[in-house]
Amino acid sequence: MNELKLKILELLREDARYDAALISTMLGVPEAEIAAAIRELEEDRTIVKYATVINWSKIDDEKVTALIEVQITPERGRGFDALAERIYLFPEVKSVFLMSGAYDLLVEIEGKSLKEVAGFVSTKLSTLDSVISTKTHFILKKYKQDGIIFEEHEGDHRLPISP
Amino acid sequence: MIRQNETPTKVKSMQDYLNPRVRDIPPSGIRKFFDLAVASKDVISLGVGEPDFITPWHVREASVYGLEQGKTTYTPNAGLPELRELIGEYLYNSFHVRYEPSNQIIITVGGSEAIDLALRALVAPGDEVLLHEPTFVAYSPIISITGGRTVPIETFAKDNFKLTPESLKAHLTPKSKVLILGFPNNPTGGVMTYEDWLPIAKIVEEHDLLVITDEIYAELTYGQKHTSFASLPGMQDRTVLISGFSKAFAMTGWRLGYACGHPDIIAAMLKVHQYTIMCASHMAQLAGIEALKNGMEEKDRMVESYNQRRRLVVKGFRDIGLECHEPMGAFYAFPSIASTGLSSEQFAQRLLVEGKVAAVPGNVFGLGGEGFIRCSYATSVAQLTEALERIGKFVQKIRTF
Repeated sequence: MNELKLKILELLREDARYDAALISTMLGVPEAEIAAAIRELEEDRTIVKYATVINWSKIDDEKVTALIEVQITPERGRGFDALAERIYLFPEVKSVFLMSGAYDLLVEIEGKSLKEVAGFVSTKLSTLDSVISTKTHFILKKYKQDGIIFEEHEGDHRLPISP
Repeated sequence: MIRQNETPTKVKSMQDYLNPRVRDIPPSGIRKFFDLAVASKDVISLGVGEPDFITPWHVREASVYGLEQGKTTYTPNAGLPELRELIGEYLYNSFHVRYEPSNQIIITVGGSEAIDLALRALVAPGDEVLLHEPTFVAYSPIISITGGRTVPIETFAKDNFKLTPESLKAHLTPKSKVLILGFPNNPTGGVMTYEDWLPIAKIVEEHDLLVITDEIYAELTYGQKHTSFASLPGMQDRTVLISGFSKAFAMTGWRLGYACGHPDIIAAMLKVHQYTIMCASHMAQLAGIEALKNGMEEKDRMVESYNQRRRLVVKGFRDIGLECHEPMGAFYAFPSIASTGLSSEQFAQRLLVEGKVAAVPGNVFGLGGEGFIRCSYATSVAQLTEALERIGKFVQKIRTF
């Protein structure tokens, strides 16, 4: 990964709405070069998607999120990948990580209600053949996600004019 | 006791009691504009002379930890030895100037106190102090308080607001004693390179001048490394180097600065410091230690971000049709508004009221500032983009009428 691409990625992570013209000005690099780099990053799926970080607690229609520790038996030849794939294909599953330590997979589930999430864990996840055990932790409040603090308490307190 | 029909003695105005050197300092142009800006609503401010970053958390946390441990006492007058050691190492590693922490470095309450101490230690009534302008607003009033006389030297956009040897020479008199250098410059963003400094250093030597160099923006340079005037051959003993933590480490509110120089000058500064301030705050010094130990990566990240926004703002002004030299340091753009036919104050006031953007009129920074406005780009990309759009519309409106 060259330095230019890294800088582009950092800027896009800051705000996915920055376009090639703006990034070109900010980095002092011709726009065509920036546009080409972004295209390459999209094509090789370094940039997977342009998403929005939402604080759902601001919306009445709140979602329930749970983190589930899953212990599994790895499959001969494919290790953890086969089961991870079976799990991440469920639309309720928002993220899946292979972990070191006391359990194997950390699975993030999002649902409309506690009941829905509980139902998914008990009927879909726990019943998979290779799953040995699950431990469900419901998220009570999100303070920070993807580097973004939800309740910004460190606003701009500067005087409007200063020497 | 006043008897009836007796005319009472005329009571003096309170103004008559004041020290004339303080009384006669004109009110700050920034202050005047500040009041106007505060009263305005929905304004985007480009008038802020400080980073938009908050002090990195690890630095704040170090100070909090110190408080928890009860580190709430006085420190030595010159500052905590560990902090002075670290500043010594930092200056040597970054700018190749070596100072002995025990007697050549003093920790002050911000760079501002260091400037005050240096001027009070060096300038006697009648001494002339050479000062390139436009520049930081505090130097000249402090010179007046000491009884010294400011000799302003205008710098120009065509020279990228550098101090030229020719103009310095033209302002020398037998009374010239001190030269103040503020580079990277607030408000112009001008910087001086090693090559620019050499002929200046020659004049300083020939005319036996002392130098106060305010390097508070030393870390904020773009595409080139800052050259400290003190690092030039023969200049270290003639120079008081002033810097601080405000700009590089986003620590303005901590009021933590320092001055370095010849032991005799530092000793003189220490006398004033110990009888007026005693010492910089203990918790701020603890934060400074953490900043120097572990804050460089964060500092680099902030500088990179300023650089990106610098390019955005300079291009923005040029697209609007306002001439803007390329600032290579600090975090200000200093576009010319002369083409609009308005004075700096008129432009800034109307921009504030009609365009809802606060910028500081250039004339408050002294000679050569008229016809310019200072715009800080230490604010978010979203705010800058919106501000540029508003300025563009405002300029278009002025030009249409």
